[in-house]
Amino acid sequence: MSEFMMFSLVPLTVAVIISMTCALLGNFLVLRRQSLIGDAISHVALPGIVVSFLLTGVLASSAMMLGAGVSALVTVGMIELIRRLGRVEASAAMGVVFTSLFALGVLLLEWHGASGVHLDVEHALYGNLESLIWFEGTGPGALVDPVALADLPPQLGRAAWVGLLVAGLLVVLRRHLVLGSFDPEFAASVRARPALVDLLLVTLVAIAAIAAFEAVGSIIVIAMFICPAAAARLMTNRLGRQIAWSQLFAVVSALLGYVLAGHGPGWLGFDLSVSAAGMIATLAGLILLGACLFGPRRHRTGAATAA
Amino acid sequence: METWWRALTFSLGYNTSVVTLGAMLLAAAAGMVGAFVLLRKRALVSDAISHSTLPGLALAFILVGLATGDGRLLPALLLGAAASAALGLWAVQAISAHTRLGEDAAIGAVLSSFFAFGVVLITVIQSMAVAGQSGLTGYLVGATAGMLASEAKLIAACALGLLLAVMVLRRDLLLLCFDADFARTQGINTWRLDLIMLLLLMAIVVVGLRVTGLILIVALTIIPPVAARFWTDEPMRMVALAALLGALAGYLGVTLSSVREGLPTGPLIVLAAFLLFLVSFLVSPRRGVLASLLAHRRLRSRVHLRQGLLSLGRDEPIFDDLTLALLRRRGYIRRDGVPTEAGLAAARDAEHEEKLWALYRSRYPDDALHREHAGLVPIHEVLSPDAIMALEAQLMGAGRAAR
Repeated sequence: MSEFMMFSLVPLTVAVIISMTCALLGNFLVLRRQSLIGDAISHVALPGIVVSFLLTGVLASSAMMLGAGVSALVTVGMIELIRRLGRVEASAAMGVVFTSLFALGVLLLEWHGASGVHLDVEHALYGNLESLIWFEGTGPGALVDPVALADLPPQLGRAAWVGLLVAGLLVVLRRHLVLGSFDPEFAASVRARPALVDLLLVTLVAIAAIAAFEAVGSIIVIAMFICPAAAARLMTNRLGRQIAWSQLFAVVSALLGYVLAGHGPGWLGFDLSVSAAGMIATLAGLILLGACLFGPRRHRTGAATAA
Repeated sequence: METWWRALTFSLGYNTSVVTLGAMLLAAAAGMVGAFVLLRKRALVSDAISHSTLPGLALAFILVGLATGDGRLLPALLLGAAASAALGLWAVQAISAHTRLGEDAAIGAVLSSFFAFGVVLITVIQSMAVAGQSGLTGYLVGATAGMLASEAKLIAACALGLLLAVMVLRRDLLLLCFDADFARTQGINTWRLDLIMLLLLMAIVVVGLRVTGLILIVALTIIPPVAARFWTDEPMRMVALAALLGALAGYLGVTLSSVREGLPTGPLIVLAAFLLFLVSFLVSPRRGVLASLLAHRRLRSRVHLRQGLLSLGRDEPIFDDLTLALLRRRGYIRRDGVPTEAGLAAARDAEHEEKLWALYRSRYPDDALHREHAGLVPIHEVLSPDAIMALEAQLMGAGRAAR
């Protein structure tokens, strides 16, 4: 029990919170056909973090988050600029911007790789969920012991705050968001400010991506933005139910993925454990596969069901 | 600097030269295929393809490693990468064709879950006793530094083959990009051609893994075509230009990375491509930002000049600073704002032009709609002398009738 508290409770909680947060936002990204903005933003978190490290010289979380946030906004700005001024198609503009910024991040990182900083590309991609150890979590009693609680890894607190912020803002903005997702022109005509809500959604995506990035790596972020929401979209026609499904899928893939990563190979007789973040994202993909094959609302509206 | 010059002139050793040529051929082929994919508006499909190579790559590494003890066998790795990329490609196609999800969601879902599974496999590899593990990370961000000449030759040969394949297929691909329905009436199997296009893209991504890494190969299929689009409206020229820009980016990137130990090749190639894009974006004479800015200014001064002259003709006061400055610069008004002889003559001309244009617009509204800024350019630059004569006659007739 104390082993579970020490090594697994925090990573598990962080994984669940982050998966739920990303999946929540993902519902709107999938509806708006902007799924890949999450992909772009989690790629450019790398250059943001590297630049902030080069500027401040320390691996402080606050500076890194700020750097990643700024780079996310720069990315969105550059995409819009290239799309509008250069009359380039949106997805191509996105491809130009995020690959270039990612390249810049890798270049800066390798350039300073010799200085022995603990910051590398793999870490950024896979994250390090397993390293969130709660040393004071020696037993169930630690959950009510303030001294032990103060020792909780800071990523947990940050993930919780971001989750609350995202959920709260989505509740406040739900009407505007729904309106803008289904009918932007009508939203504009009733002064629902679709452009402003768009920007806010992208900002929330960036915040969630960055908080998640630090704890679990970017790959899980992209998977969680898209897979649970896409799978949920194939289950129902109602937005409320879709969100509920996406949350369920997120929780299932986070819990099951974590357990499978830690113990799955052991059950098969191998003495090793695999990347938890990778396993969680893989499970999210498998859930989507299941939904594609068996989801009750998998076909397009109006498409022949026999086809 | 000197090392770079030697790399640029291909005198930094046989290996570097082969690698440079290989990267150039690869980038040229990527630019060509990328141009067609961009025209088909599916630029980010390559993102899904490249990420989904990872599980195949890792699986091939594990199998080869178990068999021989060292997982680094380029042909086997490429084969594995191609197999899982094909699976990923099929998944994207199937999801966007058979479910209600859009292509963006399909791409994102495939790239993230395939890549995640690859990450799981990589952690398996890390706990195995197989040599050459560090070689695998080279496939994430690319590395040409330790590349064998045989590997470079393989890549160059594949790239050359792909380049030729694109050249052979270019007409059909073009038809597909611009008018898929028409292509179908011409007896072209568009579904199969789409597949061939994506398979070519996949082949390029797989071959390019070793050079730029799987994340950045995407850039080579997107950035050069987007940059080329700025310079021309003609598709075949755009394809050729994309190949040229790609090759140039490969040339600059690889040579730059040979300057110092440990400079990563992939990012440098991509940044070179981005630089070429930036130049195109800013200074291209057709669609560049600078050109648009100049065109905007020219239009604005035309409007201001015309309005100013009309005001002069009607003896109305002018308050706008820009209008006053424009009139003064052309000598139409004096410093104190009083119109000169030339100004009054120009004002009469402007008024006459305005009347001709107004008549033209009311007589031939459909034609006028098709002319850009009809009414602002001198009418003799647009209409033939005969047409203007006819308009003049009508104008006189209308004037006489009114009197």
